[in-house]
Amino acid sequence: MTKKVLQILENDARTTPEQIATMTGMSEAEVNNIIEEAEKDRTIVKYRTMIDWTRAGEEEALALIEVRLKPQMEVGFDAIAERIYRFPQVRSAYLVSGAYDLAVLVAGKTVHEVSTFVIEKLAPLDGVQGTITHFMLKRYKEDGEIFLTGEGDKRLPLTM
Amino acid sequence: MRSCISKRLDRVSPSGIRKFFDLLSGMEGVISLGVGEPDFTTPWNITSAAIQSLEHGYTMYTSNSGMIELRRELASYLKATYRLEYDPETELLITNGVSEGLDLAMRAVLEPGDEVIMSDPSYVAYPPSVILADGVPVHVPTSAENDFKLSAADVEARITEKTKAILIGYPANPTGAVMEREGLFEIADVARRHRLLVVSDEIYNLLVYDTEPVCFAALPGMKDQTVLLGGFSKAYAMTGWRIGYAAANAGIIAAMTKIHQYTALCAPTMGQIAALEALRSGEPEARRMIEEYDRRRRVIVKGLNDIGLTCFEPRGAFYAFPSIAVTGMSSEEFAERLLVEEKVAAVPGSAFGACGEGHVRCCYATSLGQIEEALSRMGRFVAKHHRS
Repeated sequence: MTKKVLQILENDARTTPEQIATMTGMSEAEVNNIIEEAEKDRTIVKYRTMIDWTRAGEEEALALIEVRLKPQMEVGFDAIAERIYRFPQVRSAYLVSGAYDLAVLVAGKTVHEVSTFVIEKLAPLDGVQGTITHFMLKRYKEDGEIFLTGEGDKRLPLTM
Repeated sequence: MRSCISKRLDRVSPSGIRKFFDLLSGMEGVISLGVGEPDFTTPWNITSAAIQSLEHGYTMYTSNSGMIELRRELASYLKATYRLEYDPETELLITNGVSEGLDLAMRAVLEPGDEVIMSDPSYVAYPPSVILADGVPVHVPTSAENDFKLSAADVEARITEKTKAILIGYPANPTGAVMEREGLFEIADVARRHRLLVVSDEIYNLLVYDTEPVCFAALPGMKDQTVLLGGFSKAYAMTGWRIGYAAANAGIIAAMTKIHQYTALCAPTMGQIAALEALRSGEPEARRMIEEYDRRRRVIVKGLNDIGLTCFEPRGAFYAFPSIAVTGMSSEEFAERLLVEEKVAAVPGSAFGACGEGHVRCCYATSLGQIEEALSRMGRFVAKHHRS
């Protein structure tokens, strides 16, 4: 039942406990308990809203940065990764397999702002052996949401 | 000039929703609960398989019976799901949706004047499919008091020497009713004792909530006496692909295939490839959609009951079929005024037979936001027209 509640909230964090109770056939108290528990143990990390800032008229520059790291004794990549992901400009950071080590998504208002961050903050760090910056040209899909407009209902309004 | 239209068509009534289409055209901001199909698009792995097949030149006819790979996959699916064994070579036929399967079944088995027993209300195509095959539909009333289930005793009471078949369709359009194993078992018993064929439309079979799908042909001893009609449209959100199937004994399938080969030749090739992909890998996405329908179902049923449109709990398909008795209106008047006054489209129950009167069909295959907005508009409408 916990999974059902979490799935509903993951899809729409504004769903009220009362609505969730209706959707799942649970009592509102049960739903509240599940949510409380999940918030407490950080199963629910945060409630946030997905915003298309470009539609809101705001400038936005995003870059995916491949970072090659030099592992350190004992701590491996974790310490240097933390030096990187603590920057507020870093939206996401993943340790990955393959030709580089860290995949970092950096957001800024302009391309210049993002480049400055990479050049001045990221690249010079001890343990960073090299970076390759890929600026995002177009956002098609993010966190499961497709960023297309005009995808209306194509059904006939009445069918049997 | 004398009318060139066949008299047979005089007995087929025109669709009950034509008028609503005219009303709807040009209206802005309408929320439609009047559809009969999923709001989801076909899962992408299915669509992608079809696109790939087109790129590779699969643009030709298939065998009349349908691609053998699809029939084999279907046979394994029916065996795995219902423990039903059909020979893919002789006992399965791929059709243009269940609609064609229904037409073929009726034309294959009916002699002029043969009677086919069916529930009232029932899916709109049932009576015409019988009439167009020169048969006579015989209606068994069902009602909300009995959750719109078909009673075996009521069926038996309508059997005459002309009765050829019983046509059932559960989970049901328009009511959302399901029949549990016990109820179907009683119908099977009647069919067995009177040696009647059962045509079972199971297009909504996977769309059940808090209960397990039951396949009529899988009831003890019924396989040989049942024409199972199934398809991909609803569970896999594939209405536009037009792929269904019929499973029955070799004699009936041969007869249906004889008609099909001269009237349809074969089902669409790309649709068959899509259906094959649906059987192979469509389950998780189908499951995801069914879970979403279940959430919406609970919201709409509670919402309708809260505003005074009493609604029995539909446990299948994606329809709620509330009573509109509190308004004192006929179902057609209700639907028309609801559309004009509040811009919510629902289908009058009378479109599905006399026993659908007093109800409207509300499809909940639409987003939760839309459902909640529709409920709020309907609540306002009912409060305004409450017969107190």
